[in-house]
Amino acid sequence: MATASVLQARSAGFSFENCKRNALVEANATDLGLRVPTARKTGTTICGVVYKDGVVLGADTRATEGMIVADKNCSKIHYISPNIYCCGAGTAADTEMTTQIISSNLELHSLSTGRLPRVATANRMLKQMLFRYQGYIGAALVLGGVDCNGPHLYSIYPHGSTDKLPYVTMGSGSLAAMAVFEDRYMPDMEEEDAKRLVRDAIAGGIFNDLGSGSNIDLCVISKGKVDYLRPHDEANKKGVRAGSYKYKCGTTGVLTKAVTPLHTELVEETIQTMDTS
Amino acid sequence: MQNTRGLRSQLKDSVPVTGLCPQAGTYGVPDTLRRGFSSVKNELLPSHPLELSEKNFRLNQDKMNFSTLRNIQGLHAPLKLQMEYRAARQIQRLPFLQSSNLALDTLRGSDDTIGFEDVLNDPELSEMMGDPHVMVEYKLGVL
Repeated sequence: MATASVLQARSAGFSFENCKRNALVEANATDLGLRVPTARKTGTTICGVVYKDGVVLGADTRATEGMIVADKNCSKIHYISPNIYCCGAGTAADTEMTTQIISSNLELHSLSTGRLPRVATANRMLKQMLFRYQGYIGAALVLGGVDCNGPHLYSIYPHGSTDKLPYVTMGSGSLAAMAVFEDRYMPDMEEEDAKRLVRDAIAGGIFNDLGSGSNIDLCVISKGKVDYLRPHDEANKKGVRAGSYKYKCGTTGVLTKAVTPLHTELVEETIQTMDTS
Repeated sequence: MQNTRGLRSQLKDSVPVTGLCPQAGTYGVPDTLRRGFSSVKNELLPSHPLELSEKNFRLNQDKMNFSTLRNIQGLHAPLKLQMEYRAARQIQRLPFLQSSNLALDTLRGSDDTIGFEDVLNDPELSEMMGDPHVMVEYKLGVL
């Protein structure tokens, strides 16, 4: 009815129109033999560590869709602002969109204040957004950067809680990476030691967790300088085939050969010029 | 002197009912002709736990901000602001067109923030439009 469309206000943002239908389909899917599509996750190892002059963030590069590797070399370290970067674990789309939205908001905010954005601001914006959606946005983040107050590192959970720590790990490989950190972390490390530690932590996650794999990306943030090392270490290179498996010409013996010439006659010949201007 | 405002926050386990008869037409009975068939189950429970909180998010945020402002700066500050909100809300295009709400956004401070409401489901880009005549008649109360 025309009047029905008048009375429904069209609102922006998330639309919950299809939720009831989806619940019904999901309930009946197994009876019909259908499989509900799964979201692409970054079953992941991400970690960060604070060293003497700044922050080192590390991530693996595998994205999974259930039991299948969806992307062998995806980038999990997202840009938030020139001095702040964020690693994302959980649903890949959620981490991407969340970090992009917060990056835009932070840029607008820093234009409004006229100052370099602070890591605490990004942390506050992220936790308020994630809490608003009560954990339905599956984004577990490691946020790190250097601002006027020095280097900062935060871990942000999908429900909106945050921790400010000198070293953090997130994702399915977080336990393996944390084991490496707990063993070898020292306060005020040098840059090379910090890079080696993060590389080893991510490698621990890659080799001991099925959800993490492929290469190791690093991002070294210090005052006024960002080193985005992608890939820092190709831990899982695809093997090269040792030999050629093609058969040589003449391997199969020819028993008989019969040649039949096909006579064709030219009926029509047309030339079509290409516009190569 | 009792703080009557505090009593409301003690209401636990209150099921959010959208309205005793949301399909009500002119005489308070379900208007099947205009709003289709009604189902109690559909009306009583939200289809997603976030649906209600998202619908009221802006309102709740405004309420919280006004109450804080009242506690800090006195009654006049939120009153004056609400008057300006009301004035800005009246600057609209015709009912079937999408208005930019620029004055309202500036007052609210949402002109320099980006959220999901700017990215997803933008009403300006929706494929359907309300029937102009019907919408103007509804706005004028003639319908």
